Amino acid sequence: MNLRRDVFQAIADPTRRTILVLVASQAMTAGAIASNFNTARPTVSKHLQILTECKLLKQEQNGREINYHLNPDKMKEIANFIEPFRKMWDDRFNKLETVLKNLKKDGK
Amino acid sequence: MESNSKTEFVIDLENKKVTITKEFDAPLENVWRAWTESDLLDQWWAPKPFFAKTKFMDFKVGGRRFYAMVSPEGQEHWSIQKYTSISPKTNFKMYNTFADKDENPQLPGSNWDVNFSEQNGTTKVYIIIINESIDRMKKMIEMGFEAGLTATLGTLDELLQILQ
Repeated sequence: MNLRRDVFQAIADPTRRTILVLVASQAMTAGAIASNFNTARPTVSKHLQILTECKLLKQEQNGREINYHLNPDKMKEIANFIEPFRKMWDDRFNKLETVLKNLKKDGK
Repeated sequence: MESNSKTEFVIDLENKKVTITKEFDAPLENVWRAWTESDLLDQWWAPKPFFAKTKFMDFKVGGRRFYAMVSPEGQEHWSIQKYTSISPKTNFKMYNTFADKDENPQLPGSNWDVNFSEQNGTTKVYIIIINESIDRMKKMIEMGFEAGLTATLGTLDELLQILQ
């Protein structure tokens, strides 16, 4: 398994999440993104590379510059991934409520 | 099927942590029993159309529950829960691992901290699950994905039957 291309791994990192938040408001160059961090520029580049490989970010050539955009479709995929887990717990708890109602009825 | 209160979820990827909070319109005594007695647990632990099957459960510190979530096709997903701490009607902690049918745990696992409190006849359950690795967390959510997705389809089937 190539972990670097795993979307789940990608968003588990706080720096990468911050990058996604930054880029969500407007497309930015690598330099503009890096200026928000104290970390070395190559480290930020590495994060950008991972996010791009995961398709969370899209690159767009603008003259001599490359702008990074957020890919909202991919972000939605993550939400969709987590939603059934939430649903599983809702379903589980609905059943638990029925069990509790029966316990009350039985007066045990 | 009515729901007394909404289930609150917080998924914290950085700390590999999931917290779940839910209030039940039932006395603490009964909620505690539903979480700690195998015959009651099996009635609700698996989201439909899955069902839960406990092979054995020894609810004491150091004791274990060995159980499966069984799919409608009969596929068994085994897990082991080892109880690491118990404060009756207040809290219990357990170490949870997926396993094969021969009780061999698949590490890493997750640590569960399940808290109970009662106020005005309502019982609050607050669960903290911390996974030992991000991959374990992913696997836990994926298991939920399979179960949750099938549960959705199960509910749809039910709805279609009513409509007929």
